Amino acid sequence: MSGPSTYQPTNPALQWIEKRLPIIGLVHSSFVAYPTPRNLNYWWTFGGILSFMLGVQIVTGVILAMHYTPHVDMAFNSVESIVRDVNYGWLLRYLHSNGASMFFIAVYIHMLRGLYYGSYKAPREILWILGVIIYLLMMATGFMGYVLPWGQMSFWGATVITNLFSAIPYVGESIVTLLWGGYSVGNPTLNRFFSLHYLLPFVIAGVVVLHVWALHVAGQNNPAGVEPKTEKDTVPFTPYATIKDGFGMVCFMIFYAWFVFYIPNYLGDPDNYIPANPGVTPAHIVPEWYYLPFYAILRSIPSKLGGVIAMFSAIIVLAFLPWLDTAKTKSSKYRPLAKQFFWMFVVVAVLLGWLGGKPAEGIYIIAGRVLTFCYFAYFLIVLPILSRIETPRAVPNSIADDVLAKYGKKVASAIVALVLAGGLMAGGTQSAKAADEHGGPTPPSLSWSFAGPFGKFDRGALQRGYKVYKEVCSTCHSMSLIHFRNLADVGGPGFSAAQALAVASEIKVQDGPNDAGDMFERPGRLADPFPKPFPNENAARAANGGAYPPDLSLMAKARNYDRGFPQFVFDFFTQFQEKGPNYIDALLQGYVDPAPKDFALPPGAYYNKYFPGHAIKMPKPISDDQVTYDDGTPQKVENYAKDVSTFLMWTAEPHLEARKRIGLQVMVFLIIFAFLMYFTKKKVWANAH
Amino acid sequence: MTTTSSAEHTRRDFLFVATGAVAAVGAAAAVWPLISQMNPDASTIAAGAPIEVDLAPIAEGQDIKVFWRGKPIYIMNRTKKQVEEARAVPVSSLPDPQTDQARVKEGHDQWLVVIGICTHLGCIPIAHEGAYDGFFCPCHGSVYDTSGRIRQGPAPLNLPIPPYAFVSDTKIKIG
Repeated sequence: MSGPSTYQPTNPALQWIEKRLPIIGLVHSSFVAYPTPRNLNYWWTFGGILSFMLGVQIVTGVILAMHYTPHVDMAFNSVESIVRDVNYGWLLRYLHSNGASMFFIAVYIHMLRGLYYGSYKAPREILWILGVIIYLLMMATGFMGYVLPWGQMSFWGATVITNLFSAIPYVGESIVTLLWGGYSVGNPTLNRFFSLHYLLPFVIAGVVVLHVWALHVAGQNNPAGVEPKTEKDTVPFTPYATIKDGFGMVCFMIFYAWFVFYIPNYLGDPDNYIPANPGVTPAHIVPEWYYLPFYAILRSIPSKLGGVIAMFSAIIVLAFLPWLDTAKTKSSKYRPLAKQFFWMFVVVAVLLGWLGGKPAEGIYIIAGRVLTFCYFAYFLIVLPILSRIETPRAVPNSIADDVLAKYGKKVASAIVALVLAGGLMAGGTQSAKAADEHGGPTPPSLSWSFAGPFGKFDRGALQRGYKVYKEVCSTCHSMSLIHFRNLADVGGPGFSAAQALAVASEIKVQDGPNDAGDMFERPGRLADPFPKPFPNENAARAANGGAYPPDLSLMAKARNYDRGFPQFVFDFFTQFQEKGPNYIDALLQGYVDPAPKDFALPPGAYYNKYFPGHAIKMPKPISDDQVTYDDGTPQKVENYAKDVSTFLMWTAEPHLEARKRIGLQVMVFLIIFAFLMYFTKKKVWANAH
Repeated sequence: MTTTSSAEHTRRDFLFVATGAVAAVGAAAAVWPLISQMNPDASTIAAGAPIEVDLAPIAEGQDIKVFWRGKPIYIMNRTKKQVEEARAVPVSSLPDPQTDQARVKEGHDQWLVVIGICTHLGCIPIAHEGAYDGFFCPCHGSVYDTSGRIRQGPAPLNLPIPPYAFVSDTKIKIG
């Protein structure tokens, strides 16, 4: 992309094209002959990884849009039907939702790499500013995408973020109304967010082209921070950088696949599995992990407008970095003080992220203010002063000299720091999600047959659990996302199609109108959903003392509790995903009668050890011998609880078995591929050393 | 010297080919779900289950239109005259030769059940219209006879017969 190409294809047909549109020459000069510094380390592969992630998000996003319905009444269920009914829909949805997190992980590493090695300095200022613009666009895109599933966090995230603009004096309220297209977040908001969420990735792709163009004009920075002088300092992009980026990308895919196939909801919020309810705000509104540091800055300023200004400034300040840090030496490798402050800044940013996930109270507010000061001080005080007072070490004469010198210990420690950073942030989110459940004991972790990488449902437990649901739970709770046909699905309770049909035909479904215009009743079919116990929410409330028995389809993914530090870090490695069933099992057995003396139980409520706040409106639902088990399993509450929890895990995640099975295949493939790429890369680079 | 370098060469080539092949396999496997998701989903398949239609209210000479899998199905209670017309024509003179007997169920000869989608470009033909007392497609002028066979116009084939069976004398099951 750096000017007219001198490349001439040998094939006459290609020559004919090249004369008229020099596209082959453009590709050749940009991605084949383009000279890259030979000392680039693996932090430089994240540019390629980001391009890959943008591609993944666009491809999976375009596909999801084929099945998604942007309407407040249908959005939530359309996402669930993607996951449940569309072929490989669960895979595409998890690729997309976790892909957003992977995109941000990669972009943060990419940005910190630029910060550490001074990649924003002349002549790369515009390259850097384009990067900041891409980052802002990514944040907007990610936010609007999170609104689309129309769960509780979607709705309230949209409400909170759009309300940021109400801080603008005089015109704020009008701007918010304009953004909403109404007097509150509603259908017009969802529609425009969908439209913009589809548009912005292509805008990002356009700015990425400019970013790469600017990169190819200025040339890549490198760990030594000295510009290439002779041919000895560089290697051609292909095959050297291509294969190295490729290897980095495959390693990143392994990390990505771990999330998608084994812990797809680890970074998500359980509240988003509850449909949006404009009448009830979740106890703790927490943005996605990648916004947490900025959220912490927003909350630490005790003024509405001030907080919003501080939050946006925290991002905008990055664009001024080339003029705040005027030191001649680019790479922090040769700046003893800047290097230390860089790592302090990383710690500050991570701690801000952790605070962003904590409730804004007590010591957290003070800590938030101190860290916000540190964040801005790094850019506005430390870097300008360092550029004037710091004595850098001597930089190598050339890149070739740098290659001969040894370095590398830093990489390992940096990886450790980053893993810790990510863990802390994730943990911050998790503890915030569960912080409202104070006072209650943690539900015991049971051993589930469906846990772990090879997990499978216990068919017997699913069938017994279905019986418990049907005879007990279904008298009050609906299960609207499950159809009779699902009972015969692969990876489910293992009913035959005939058995499922027999179950379906036991119920009467209202259908019609017929030729005479009358509604009539017919036996249920496989395509019918499970019947609802009440015709509408008001009827359900009237029959249950004012409480609305929630739909149970997604219950096992919509409930959560705090695992605490460092347990949540281990959960990443052990693939722990069973909080929901643990909680349901504990809740069903957690009734204490009479309630503890010092607890004021409201009338019409029952005391439950594990229910947040302890006062639950549901009476103890099941007791020993209430449901007859035909297979000899003891008819005890603990068995009922465990079986029905298993059943609810299946209704929440019906393709769990397929997910883990395909996950194993993908993992084996990627690991073999990574080895091959590694050895290929070594072979290719053997010539260069 | 020469032998070593050529052996080196083969081993390297093998590595490159193996890596390339594995990458190609991976790319092909990744494309599969991206294509497969376009096929009908589980709810669409479940909704396409067989339907039962009661024939009792359809008087001789009348027809009804029902939908199965989103397709209009004509169920026509043909008059004796219509059946005779359909059977009188020499099969060899038809663009898509087929006897009327092959297009109805034996013993239920008056019942014609066809998918009402013109085999030309998918419009819905109108019943009881056209020169052959059968169906007439208003889009491009295809004319079908009382057996739903193409007689005139651009359509290449007869109206297709959906899979169906008589559950009783007055009830059919389509699908």
